[in-house]
Amino acid sequence: MLKISDLHKSYAIGDTSLHVLKGIDLSVEEGEMVAIMGSSGSGKSTLLNIIGMLDVADSGEYILDGLPIDNLTEKKAAVYRNKFLGFIFQSFNLINYKNALENVALPLYYQGLKRKKRQELGMFHLGKVGLTDWAHHLPKELSGGQKQRVAIARALAANPKLLLADEPTGALDTKTSYEIMEFIQQLNDEGKTILMVTHEEDIANMCKRIVRLRDGVIMEDKKVTQVRASQYV
Amino acid sequence: MIKFLFDRDTWQELYDSIRKNKLRTLVTIFGVGFGIFLLIVLLGSARGMENSFNRLFGDFATNTVFIWGQSTSKPFKGFQEGRRVRLTLSDAKRVEENIPGVEFVVPRSQQVSKVDRGFLSGSFQIGGDYPLLDEVEKKKLIRGRFINQNDMQLKRKVAVISEDVYKQLFEKDENAIGEYIIINNINFKVVGVFKVSNINMGPPINLHIPFTTFQQIYNQAGRIGWMVITAKPEFNIVQVEKDSKLLLKNIHKIHPDDRRAFGSANAGKEFGKVTGFLTGMQFLTWFVGIATLIAGVFAIGNILLITVKERTKEIGLRRAIGATPLEIKSQIILEAVVLCLIASFIGIIFGGFVLILINYAWGQGDSAALVNPSVSIAVVLFALTLLIILGTLIGLIPAFKATSVKPIEALREE
Repeated sequence: MLKISDLHKSYAIGDTSLHVLKGIDLSVEEGEMVAIMGSSGSGKSTLLNIIGMLDVADSGEYILDGLPIDNLTEKKAAVYRNKFLGFIFQSFNLINYKNALENVALPLYYQGLKRKKRQELGMFHLGKVGLTDWAHHLPKELSGGQKQRVAIARALAANPKLLLADEPTGALDTKTSYEIMEFIQQLNDEGKTILMVTHEEDIANMCKRIVRLRDGVIMEDKKVTQVRASQYV
Repeated sequence: MIKFLFDRDTWQELYDSIRKNKLRTLVTIFGVGFGIFLLIVLLGSARGMENSFNRLFGDFATNTVFIWGQSTSKPFKGFQEGRRVRLTLSDAKRVEENIPGVEFVVPRSQQVSKVDRGFLSGSFQIGGDYPLLDEVEKKKLIRGRFINQNDMQLKRKVAVISEDVYKQLFEKDENAIGEYIIINNINFKVVGVFKVSNINMGPPINLHIPFTTFQQIYNQAGRIGWMVITAKPEFNIVQVEKDSKLLLKNIHKIHPDDRRAFGSANAGKEFGKVTGFLTGMQFLTWFVGIATLIAGVFAIGNILLITVKERTKEIGLRRAIGATPLEIKSQIILEAVVLCLIASFIGIIFGGFVLILINYAWGQGDSAALVNPSVSIAVVLFALTLLIILGTLIGLIPAFKATSVKPIEALREE
């Protein structure tokens, strides 16, 4: 599904350069649910951004679903992101003047789908996260958990191969966090491949595999027994 | 591109963005709207002024020059300086026959005389004129007719009087036609009453009598007061004036460089000055209008730049979920163009209303300062096109700004 080898990335900071990723090798199979952990500055977000084609590596190989990702133009990256990837952010990143349904349908707009089809699909995915009744509410009328569910529905709308979550529970309280995790686990159960950055142990333990980064290298990569979020809810 | 423009969602996005920034939208629309409003009102007023000038000159053949004799200022061929020069009928004839481009020459004479009718009397300018004068300065006849060829041949004692003379010598509502007045102790029959026109070259004449009659009663023989030379439209009247003067100097044995021997008034030259002034004013109007427009469009660009900055995160998100840079750019440019267009429609409509008001205030009656102030559709279309082009160009700046930030940086921004 996803294969990364010898990935390097550094950022120029003034005159010096900061080597953030120092040769990452990672491969993820279809249906996996991986947590990427590490302290701040370990390079975990950078890695996720490169996987998400929001950032470009300096060197190394990245193959997504058999497709080598290199020489990305902005346009190509946009098309790939739209087709292959779904994003879930810590701060939800919903558009505040669009209602829940419009937010969910936005990726479909960029896929060039007809309006009616978008509304249909948008409603379907909102239904999946249990927010059918909230379809015409603006984000400010929703709770944190509901917002993240809308964001998940949006990530799912384009039917991506890979879901990328950057601290999806970072802005939520524990109870809501577990509810969101329950959702994400369900998605994984249905076969979605999920990659998630987190620094919370309990959240990481709800995944099936934990990759620990420190100072730009993978320190540990182990399979874990998944803790089901449903038992806390 | 066409699909983009006709997509309902494009406009939905636009509407959302405009609705979200009401104040910004209003301010920018005001800026550009005021620019085009100014352009329309100024151009319309300039046109009104042009129209009123044209109306003033309308009764008058503008490619016309008046020449009269004065005194020589240089000795020549044995003549002393200071010799009085008098034009004659044969001079007029020779100018008409010899100068290229002359359409016709009208000799005129003029004298101040006492005019009586019963107990009423006054002192008026009497003009001895050809029927052809009507071609040079169209007489607005209120009643009756102008002098005709028969009057000339028969040296009839008929007079065409001005409205002022009529008012002084006749009772109100009295019919003047066929009545007799006494000029220089000779009875004249009134055949017409005319209205004094706005533009008069030469001395204002109160009464016109046939040229032949004039010559006889004032003992002028062949002498004339001055001649009116009208050139054919395709000839330059200034050149015709020069040629005519040179010919006249030759006939009267005057030094070719003598500047004082003949006096002249060139209507064409005066008219040219007015036309030049109007052209200058129009240029100024365009300059001011377009400068205001550009300032307004820059305001739109500036404010879009601020909105783009405000929406960095949103734009980053859109790109993360699959919007291409082109899609983002088109949306922003379209926003700039649509704002410009809405603004210009409002500006044009208000400008039109103001022109209507101007027309009511200053465009009515005979002595209106601004006749039919208006702008042509072509000008409006030109202004609109200009705005679309400027809007697109100015939209490019925020559009490129919006896509120059990497989506990841945009998303990170708080």
